[in-house]
Amino acid sequence: MSEAHALKPSPARWLVVIFPYVWLTLFFLAPFLIILKISLSDTAIAMPPYTPVFQGFGAIGDFISQLDIENYIFLTDDPLYIDAYLSSLRIAVISTLLLLLVGYPMALCMARASAGIRPTLVMLVILPFWTSFLIRVYAWIGILKPEGLLTLLLQTLGIYGPDDQVQIFRTETAVFIGIVYSYLPFMVLPLYAALEKLDGTLLEAASDLGCPPWKAFWKITFPLSLPGVIAGSMICFIPITGEFVIPDLLGGAETLMIGKTLWTEFFGNRDWPLASAVAVILLLVLVVPIMIFQNQQQKAEGK
Amino acid sequence: MAKSLGPVKRKFTPWTDPAAQPFIRFENITKRFGTFVAVDNLTLDIYEKEFFSLLGPSGCGKTTLMRMLAGFEEPTEGRILLQGKDISGVPPYRRPTNMMFQSYALFPHMTVEKNIAFGLEQDKLPKGEIDTRVQEMLKLVKLEQFAKRKPSQLSGGQRQRVALARSLAKRPKVLLLDEPLGALDRKLREETQFELMDIQHTLGLTFLIVTHDQEEAMTVSDRIAVMDKGIIMQVATPAEIYEAPNSRYVADFIGDINILDGKVVSTTAAGGQAGTVRLDCGGLAVAVDQECAAVVGNDVAFAIRPEKVRISLDKPADDSVNAAYGEVWDIGYLGDFSLFLVKTQDGRVLRAAQANVARLVDRPITFGDMVWLSWSADAGLVLTR
Repeated sequence: MSEAHALKPSPARWLVVIFPYVWLTLFFLAPFLIILKISLSDTAIAMPPYTPVFQGFGAIGDFISQLDIENYIFLTDDPLYIDAYLSSLRIAVISTLLLLLVGYPMALCMARASAGIRPTLVMLVILPFWTSFLIRVYAWIGILKPEGLLTLLLQTLGIYGPDDQVQIFRTETAVFIGIVYSYLPFMVLPLYAALEKLDGTLLEAASDLGCPPWKAFWKITFPLSLPGVIAGSMICFIPITGEFVIPDLLGGAETLMIGKTLWTEFFGNRDWPLASAVAVILLLVLVVPIMIFQNQQQKAEGK
Repeated sequence: MAKSLGPVKRKFTPWTDPAAQPFIRFENITKRFGTFVAVDNLTLDIYEKEFFSLLGPSGCGKTTLMRMLAGFEEPTEGRILLQGKDISGVPPYRRPTNMMFQSYALFPHMTVEKNIAFGLEQDKLPKGEIDTRVQEMLKLVKLEQFAKRKPSQLSGGQRQRVALARSLAKRPKVLLLDEPLGALDRKLREETQFELMDIQHTLGLTFLIVTHDQEEAMTVSDRIAVMDKGIIMQVATPAEIYEAPNSRYVADFIGDINILDGKVVSTTAAGGQAGTVRLDCGGLAVAVDQECAAVVGNDVAFAIRPEKVRISLDKPADDSVNAAYGEVWDIGYLGDFSLFLVKTQDGRVLRAAQANVARLVDRPITFGDMVWLSWSADAGLVLTR
């Protein structure tokens, strides 16, 4: 009875199914197509600073003839852009690895803690979100700058002399510190979710079969937490690649990241078509490998 | 395919031999969790090649006792000796025991083969030997064609076999089985019980099984320890536990039984030799042939199994003792036998079982009939505690 009812598509059901697609079309696909169009057009000294997106149906022929890929060609000509992409990817990879290194032990401790205090620990991980992201990054300036809190601490402890100063601010190290700090909850939570589900008797079974705890971690705990590792890494890697605020505030001139380049093109050079091309490439750089990976993942699961 | 029944079992009673050394000895073991006493000053000997059951309701400490032997818990007091050696402080991964977990605890990311090989790989055995041993185990539990499957692709019964194979692969000195058959349906459980006995007998291992299922314990064990609230109530063979329980608790826990409160009226059995104990169970005169330390005036209990109570429409020859008259209150028809609930004149309900030896749809005794219950003097038991 209920099955027959479930098979019949009611209007409410359709709405539920369609809603995410409508949402994605309106707020992802449409803006993306606009960006794509801008990236294929020319710079115009006007407001807005690009040739109009659409000029009535009669202009479709013109529209297509006006499109060209010169912005994309320009991107490959100037090594600045390729360097920025590569540098972004490098920083994202290193940051993700650092996040795993810091986040995994945290998540493991949380998952192994007694059930009573786990909600408190999860709360503590989420707690930084109560403060604005920007303010937290600014706070790191106060800590890391040469005359900042870190220098003060080291001087007070006698590790640094009165004239020594920490030279971290405006370096890549500061960017890594800022990224790891800011993205840590996004890494810890998926890891925690995966590790918390892990059945403790599996480790007892491993131990019973002669496997010491440190070995059991690599043979049982880690492989079974891989979905969490992958989820956490994706959630961190993707936005870090396009990260703009952290390298802008904490990084120096040598910290080249595509997010910053993008910002400069949009607001510094006001070359929106080129900036759009940068954005489109960035999307491809991120989406294509993820899709290949997910495809692989599904094949592996289906087997 | 004809099923091999394995070698014929022989009489096996090392516990009656005073010279026999126990294989496992729990010595004055106490385990506390906070203020809760899970195991209370318990001493128990288990012999080599024994199939030993720890039987009791949940929370009686049986699983804790087993986990202490496996090394997952350390006793608060006392020590555990394995072949005469104290194993306190030895971590689980260095103990010669293997455990089959209640939840099976199969590694979900490994194939059946890999699961079984896991323990052997830890011992750094050569690859060839691991493969041979895994094949051997797969054959033992009849899962050869499932070697490459993941646990999630197996049925409950198959998983249970993998768990058994994995715990046997290392040929442990003692195999610990924690409620091993709980998740199986009745038919499969019965089959597996006999297979377990065969395997234990063929491999000549010591098995320690934890269960709350008395039927399972009765079927598989050489001896059973009935536990309650952290102490052992009785350790004996299944037959002794059933026929001669030492307390109301054991009598009541194992099987179906009538228990009546009574007072000793006279006894010729108090001197340590067999005699007759006469009881007054609230107006019902009972005589029991049994060796019993109870003296005149003691409050005791009379216990008798339903299948040892005769039920008939005719008055027995001697109705002055071991006989009761009442009305059939309820009948449980169980196929192989029927259980009659008879309400005596003083309002007590006694249970009598009768084997259904003839194929009849209409039984001669039915609801509301007035019937006589009677039993012989060697059928019941006097319980002093």
